[in-house]
Order: sequence, then C-alpha cells, then structure tokens
Amino acid sequence: MLPLLWWQALLGDTAKVFVIFNINMLTFVHMTWLERRVLAFMQFRLGPNRTGPLGFFQPYADAIKLFFKEETMPAEANRKAFVAAPLISIAAAFMAIAVIPYGPPFTLFGRQWQLQVADLGVGVLFIFAITALGVYGVVVAGWSANNKFTLLGSLRSSAQMFSYELALGLSWVGIIMLAGSFKIGDIVQRQAGSLRHWNIVSQPLAFLVYFVAATAEVARLPFDLPEGETELVAGFHTEYSSMSFGLMQIAEYINMITVSVLATDLFLGGWYSGLPFLPSHGLLGFVWFGAKVFFVLFVFVWLRGTLPRFRYDQLMHFGWKVLIPLAVLNIMVTAVMVTVFGA
Amino acid sequence: MIDAILFYVFAAVALGSALVVVGQRNPLYSAFALIVTLCSLSAIYGLLGSPFIAVLQVVVYAGAIMVLFLFVLMLLNVQPESQEEGSWRALAGTALALAVLLVLQVGTVLLHWHRPAPPEFDASTRKMAEILFSPRFLYVFEATSILILAALVGAVALAKKDP
Amino acid sequence: MPSGPPFLNHAVLLSLGLFGIGVLGVFLRRNVITLFMCVELMLNAVNLAFVAFSRAAGTLDGQVLVFFVMVVAAAEAAVGLAIVIAIHRHRDTLDVDAFNLMKW
Repeated sequence: MLPLLWWQALLGDTAKVFVIFNINMLTFVHMTWLERRVLAFMQFRLGPNRTGPLGFFQPYADAIKLFFKEETMPAEANRKAFVAAPLISIAAAFMAIAVIPYGPPFTLFGRQWQLQVADLGVGVLFIFAITALGVYGVVVAGWSANNKFTLLGSLRSSAQMFSYELALGLSWVGIIMLAGSFKIGDIVQRQAGSLRHWNIVSQPLAFLVYFVAATAEVARLPFDLPEGETELVAGFHTEYSSMSFGLMQIAEYINMITVSVLATDLFLGGWYSGLPFLPSHGLLGFVWFGAKVFFVLFVFVWLRGTLPRFRYDQLMHFGWKVLIPLAVLNIMVTAVMVTVFGA
Repeated sequence: MIDAILFYVFAAVALGSALVVVGQRNPLYSAFALIVTLCSLSAIYGLLGSPFIAVLQVVVYAGAIMVLFLFVLMLLNVQPESQEEGSWRALAGTALALAVLLVLQVGTVLLHWHRPAPPEFDASTRKMAEILFSPRFLYVFEATSILILAALVGAVALAKKDP
Repeated sequence: MPSGPPFLNHAVLLSLGLFGIGVLGVFLRRNVITLFMCVELMLNAVNLAFVAFSRAAGTLDGQVLVFFVMVVAAAEAAVGLAIVIAIHRHRDTLDVDAFNLMKW
C-alpha cells in the first residue's frame, strides 16, 4: 500500500463523503415511501400507489410539491433565528454520520478503503456530543416563530430529547467497556465471528435501553408527542412550510437512519453475517449491513403502526426513573463481569 | 500549518462572539453567542490535542448548561436591557482597570515566550481515566459526585413553587 | 523530535483575552442571567489556560482539573439558575440593581 499524496487523499475523502451523503439521502427518500406503504398495509389500507409503480415516485412528487409551496414566515418572528433553525437541525443530523462506518473495509485500486469519513479516537462520544447539539435546532425553531404553542412544543420536545440522551449514552458504556475503545470500528471488530459474539447477545439490556432511548431521541412513536397531530398543533415546526419544513423532515429521518445504522454497528454485528456458512469479507459485508439496517428501520415503522402515544409526564417518568436506572444497572453488572472474567 | 490557521480562525470566532456576549443587550442573543464561543473553544481543545475534553465541552457546556440557560431565558421571558445614563463612565473606568491588569498578565506571558519544546503528549481517554481513578484524584472524583447530588437537590428545592 | 503546536502561547493570550472580556461583562451588565453567562465565559477562559499549559508540560493533570472545573460549573449553573428563578418570582425583575436590600 503506497502512502497517499495530499490531493489523492483529498479526492478519496471527497468521494467518501459524496457516497455516504448519497446513501443517506437515498435511504431517506425511499424511507418516506416505505413508511407510508408499510403503515398503510398495517392499517388495512393501500397507501400511495399511483405515482409510478407501487407509488415508488411518491417522495419525488412530494419534493416537487414542497419546492413550489409558498415559504411563509410569521410577521413578528425573529427572521434570522427562523431561517437558522432548520439549518442547525440538518447540520447536527449530518455531522453525526461522519464517524460511523457504513460498511466493511474493502480494497479498491490497490488500497484499503472504508466508508467512514473520520475515524476519531473518541468516535461514540462524538455522536453523543452532536446529538446534544441537535437539541438547539428544536429550541430555536420553536422560539423564533413567536407563537406560544410552538414555544411550549419546542420546550417539551427538547426536554424529551436531552432526557433520553442520557439513557442513550449510558447504554453505550457497557459496549465500550467490552470493546475497550470508543472507536466504532473496534466495536464492530469485536463482533466478528459467530452470532454469540454480537453485542445484543452479551448486552441485551443495553440493547433494549438503547432502542427505546433512540426511539425517543428521534421523536418517533410511541414518543412523538411533540409532533402528534392531535397535540399542540404540530409542535415546534407548526409555522414552517415549504422547504424549511422539508429540511426539518430530512433532519428527523436522517437522525432515524443514523440511529438504525448505529444499532447495527454497535449491537447487531455490523457487517458480519454471524453465520459460518455465509461469508462476509470484502464487498459481501455490505449485503448483511444493508439487510440489518433495513430490518431496524422496518421495526421503527412497525412500532409506529402499532403502539399508542405516551403522555408527556409518562414519557418523562419513563426516561428518568426507568431507563436511566436500568442503564446504570447494566453498567454495574458489566463492570463486575469485566473485572472478574476479563473482556 | 493547517492547525495554526484553524487555531487563529477559531480564536477569532471565540473572541468575536465573546464580545457579542458582553455587548449585546438582548440576553437571548448573548446566550446564542456564548454557545458559539463554547463550540469554538471545543475546536481549540481538539487542536491542542485533547479530544476527550473537546467532546466533554460540547456535551456538558454547550449541550446541557446552555440548554438550561435557554430554557430559563425563554420561560422567564426576559426583555432586552435598556441603556442607562452614565454607563459610559463605568465602561471607561472598568476598561482602564482591566487594561492595567491585562498589561501585567500579557507581560508575564511575554517573559516566558520561549518555553522548551513540549514532550510527547498522549491525551487519550484511557490515559485520562488512569489518572482520574488513581489514588491522587479518586477522592476528588467521588466528592464531585456528592457535589452534583447536592446541587440537584438544591436546585429543585430553590426553584419549587410553594403550593 | 516531537514538538507541540506553535500556538500554545497564543492560546494562553486568547485565554487572557476571554477572561478580560468576561470580567468586563460582569462589571457592566445589569441582567442577572447575562452576568452569569459572563462568569461562565471566565470559567471557560481558565479551562483553556489549563489545557494549554497541560499540553506545554506534557502531563494530563491540567486536563483532569478541567474535567473537575466543568463538573463544578455545571452544578453551579444549575443552582444559580434556580436562584434566579426564585428571585424573579419574588421581584418580577432581573435587574441586579433591584436586589440591594442589604445595602447601607
């Protein structure tokens, strides 16, 4: 492997960013279609099936419609903050995907590549930090519209986000202890081998806590009180229309995809198939990775179609008094086991 | 080289937004400017080779404390300050006192401008954990956890409405 | 031979600048919450000095102290804002000049 010249490295990194960005955007676009179709089938109706075969072009039609809609802004709103809020949401959503590997390392043109923009030494902590910054998009959006309901909605939404963020972070500590490193690549590496090496097998409680906290963090049902149509109008994004609203939707779905990819990488074995007769080296790993991410996304949609919504006080009670103690319990048990038995 | 350019950029951003924090009359804009300062300081910590402290700065300061500030500002609905008469004299007096102090401090820094080359630096989280949980700092670590508990109880007790 | 970044001195100067701006803010601002934010600015300036000197010395003690400073600042922010809420409920203003009951 020859060392790269600076412009070759720059070109390679730009290509990586381009590919990862497109993977995320394409997944987002088709996720909207998939969600509407799957939800419809669960609710015994059909969903969009006219625009293109099986309604496949529905998201594109939605995007065109959103572009042509009028961009409104309330009269007394704070202009700069109103415009900046969706930008903050989207920036935070896309910054978090910089440290996640989207597939196995593979060799191309005689060099080793991995679909990961930045392999930070503090990988998982970086995601935690960016999730903390994502709260600001919500807070600024609700406050800048000069509307009591959006302000209340945004305060509730952000309170929900940073309450469940704690449980989210704590659920990772067990895995970090087992892997001995913050890098996501190392955590996935530890799950190579067979199914019993996967972190969901060695840390089932952490997986449950993570999944519930992630659902609340992304504000999906059953935790979507801020955006439920029957509550507080539409929560913090009431006053947004056209592409500003589109940007906030993109941010929300990208957050959901990020959380699913993290679930796959941290708990479900990443790009390893787990079964000895299914090889997973090189480009084949992408198949298993994609299948697992798709399955987790399907579970998110499934939850949305099945469960009723939490009330706000039930939500806060659950986050602080149930999830955080469970996560801490998991950390203590893991710490004892690691000390006694070794990783 | 790139490190130095990035450092000066972030230092300029930090100084600029710090001036906005102090000069802006609307406390909400001061809070936003403080968030920008904190994030640029986090970037500087990263450039100085401490990734753990950089991430901790974002998580604790910019991600939690400033959210708390924003909540209080929005719920108490604070109005922008009005300009007071005679405040220019206060400004001049304070600036003079500060200038004297800063000259002394900058002078001290300039005296020690040429320091020996720093030794090899490994600020990984593992190293930090080794020091943090060593007998030297372990007692302080446990004491801070009790401090946080006391702060939690105190904050709830102070802010509670009497029924 | 490994050497640190050439901007350590400038980092200390930046820390001094930020601290000075924070002190200016504490003297000049009348809103309690803005005062508080200037205090946080001073704490951050001190953190920057700690990190810079820790890098210059090559040990990690400075960074461990930064960790503790952050923890204490968080606790102080929580209690301080609770006090702000309590006094706002009492006086309905956030001007520091209004809280001079103990003045001679």
